[in-house]
Amino acid sequence: MGYTENELAKDLENQEYKFGFVTDIESDKAPNGLNEDIIRFISAKKNEPEWLLDHRLKAFATWKTMTEPSWAHVHYTKPNMQEICFYSAPKQTKKYESWDDVDPEMKETMKKLGISMEEQKRLTGVAVDFVMDSVSVATSFKSKLNELGIIFCSFSEAVQEHPELVRKHMGTVVPTSDNYYAALNSAVFTDGSFCYIPKGVRCPMELSTYFRINEGGTGQFERTLVVADEGSYVSYLEGCTAPQRDENQLHAAVVELIALENAEIKYSTVQNWYPGNKEGIGGIFNFVTKRGICERNAKISWTQVETGSAVTWKYPSCILKGDNSVGEFYSVAVTNNYQQADTGTKMIHLGKNTKSTIISKGISAGKSQNSYRGLVQIHKNATNARNFSQCDSLLMSDECGAHTFPYIECKNSSAKIEHEATTSKIGEDQIFYCQQRGIHIEKAISLIVNGYCKEVLNQLPMEFAVEAQKLLEISLEGSVG
Amino acid sequence: MIKISNLHASINGKEILKGLNLEVKAGEIHAIMGPNGAGKSTLASVLAGREEYEITEGSVDFDGQDLLELSTEDRAREGLFLAFQYPIEIPGVSNINFLRTSLNEIRDYKGEEQISAKDFLAKVKEKSALVELDSKLASRSVNEGFSGGEKKRNEIFQMAMLEPKLAILDETDSGLDIDALRIVANGVNKLKSDKNATIVITHYQRLLDYIIPDFVHVLYDGRIVKSGTKELALELEEKGYDWIKAEVEAH
Ligand SMILES: Nc1ncnc2c1ncn2[C@@H]1O[C@H](COP(=O)(O)OP(=O)(O)O)[C@@H](O)[C@H]1O
Ligand SMILES: [Mg+2]
Repeated sequence: MGYTENELAKDLENQEYKFGFVTDIESDKAPNGLNEDIIRFISAKKNEPEWLLDHRLKAFATWKTMTEPSWAHVHYTKPNMQEICFYSAPKQTKKYESWDDVDPEMKETMKKLGISMEEQKRLTGVAVDFVMDSVSVATSFKSKLNELGIIFCSFSEAVQEHPELVRKHMGTVVPTSDNYYAALNSAVFTDGSFCYIPKGVRCPMELSTYFRINEGGTGQFERTLVVADEGSYVSYLEGCTAPQRDENQLHAAVVELIALENAEIKYSTVQNWYPGNKEGIGGIFNFVTKRGICERNAKISWTQVETGSAVTWKYPSCILKGDNSVGEFYSVAVTNNYQQADTGTKMIHLGKNTKSTIISKGISAGKSQNSYRGLVQIHKNATNARNFSQCDSLLMSDECGAHTFPYIECKNSSAKIEHEATTSKIGEDQIFYCQQRGIHIEKAISLIVNGYCKEVLNQLPMEFAVEAQKLLEISLEGSVG
Repeated sequence: MIKISNLHASINGKEILKGLNLEVKAGEIHAIMGPNGAGKSTLASVLAGREEYEITEGSVDFDGQDLLELSTEDRAREGLFLAFQYPIEIPGVSNINFLRTSLNEIRDYKGEEQISAKDFLAKVKEKSALVELDSKLASRSVNEGFSGGEKKRNEIFQMAMLEPKLAILDETDSGLDIDALRIVANGVNKLKSDKNATIVITHYQRLLDYIIPDFVHVLYDGRIVKSGTKELALELEEKGYDWIKAEVEAH
């Protein structure tokens, strides 16, 4: 027979994490805990220049004076830093020249992630920098990018090959003292991605990175830096999925975007870290600092589809420094079971005629808590600034929660700020209507949810949108017999 | 086609259908009339498989199957279609996507292949012309921002696309102007064959000037209390429902 809301809610709670598997690759690990020696160990392992070690040590000193923030609408046991391993790298020291050289076991992992060799070959136009644990193990399409002068490599490689670029831009958007987790990341980050698009170059393909946590108990501290020089364009994709675990894993990434005059950066994320089991045990803690700065006429768009993690704390933001610059934030955040997400954006309007758009779609199921937290700040000199915000919440059960915390600070009276918010429950009528047309309940839910998220999904590049839809379906799938 | 015997159904502990009997054969059109609150929409919902209703007694045979044992979606896949009195809006889902999903789910159930994009679009074109539905509406979100008349026409368009065995139209005529009424009726008439059947639930006899029913039934207080031919509809139009009430109470 059909379904009642309560049965539906129960089924949603029973869904299993679909990407739960562990790859067995021996790791080169640091001892657990955090102190100056560990930081020196990481820096030495990575053969870093002196200035970077200094940068780390300074960040560590700052971090020690800070306390973990507790203003977010999330509750969790604070991670014990002395029990976390801050460095682990797959054994292979050799870099792969081509996908064919990659370890078969890693290939298996990639297959499960849906990025099999076969698929990769067909997906020309997508360069993948695959990060397993903390070290980048494979990079492709490099030569094509080289011709255009585009640099797309692991962060460690950028430190070795392009130290001047890294030194010039790193920490200029997210200073080490920005917040507790950004400071921690600055001290102990192991790897990540670096991207530089030269003046006037339009990157002809989507740049894509798959992140992955693989070692039990390994803290992950990714560092991403994207610099789009004057008049350039890049679309950057970040996606992740992680194996099933029992203990909480800390993930504190920092992403910095720099869009110089007339440049445009589109940054898309599909986030699917392990959310914990249906009793709320295990799962990733995801505390991310993502921020971009726009110079004159520049544009940054953040698009995110968040379905994973036990606890998420993430506010991709834009500093609209230059006149006529544009910031956009499109977000879908799904929480199920005991997941907690506190996510949103900050749009800081400094320049004249700056424009920002915020579209946030929250979906809560099970006993989860889903919060939108946003700040629109119009500074004194930001004449004619404009913001449009729309924050919608969709509730799938009676036990979940949706919260909206929109903050507006306006110091210029010429600003135009519009804010719309709605909260609705997934309609029994809508589900019945679909079922009456022969559509199975799970497909009906996926159809309705995808429709609800359409404005955000439309922002994603085609192949990513398909993957995101699949992920939404999996995240909300019940075990209907 | 369908045989409803002694059907009792209640909602929130309140009995709405109180022993309803009705048989519809292939090739027939039946009209069900009755005052507000008589249980007409309840009957449609119960047949379609809406969960909120509790069936306390009776049986429904649908082409040799026990209808009440089938899930909501399987009833639809077996060829039961309900044109909703109040069609539902699904924001962000295009009519086209909705219908293709629906069509493919039904095909899948029957072990048939998925419809090709080409065949699907050809079908959309053919069937939307039948109900004179603006082709723009086909790509808009399901019923979102449609006028009352457009929603009703969209229901008939969906019916035409899905080609059901048994269609139940729940007050599809209400809120339609005379032109829209003619278009909807025309659609229903064109789809009529000796293999399918239609139950037209209506309040007014004017629809029956366009869709000529083989039988007319009066549903009153959860039961079919009177059955006849088209003349019964005219009589009801003339005298209202009070005489039915008097007749029922006299028994
Ligand atoms: N959820 C409900 N709870 C209680 N009574 C209901 C509910 N829904 C409908 N009813 C009652 O059922 C009766 C029949 O309604 P309905 O089938 O819609 O009548 P009709 O379509 O003939 O106008 C009405 O008295 C109505 O008030
Ligand atoms: Mg009714």
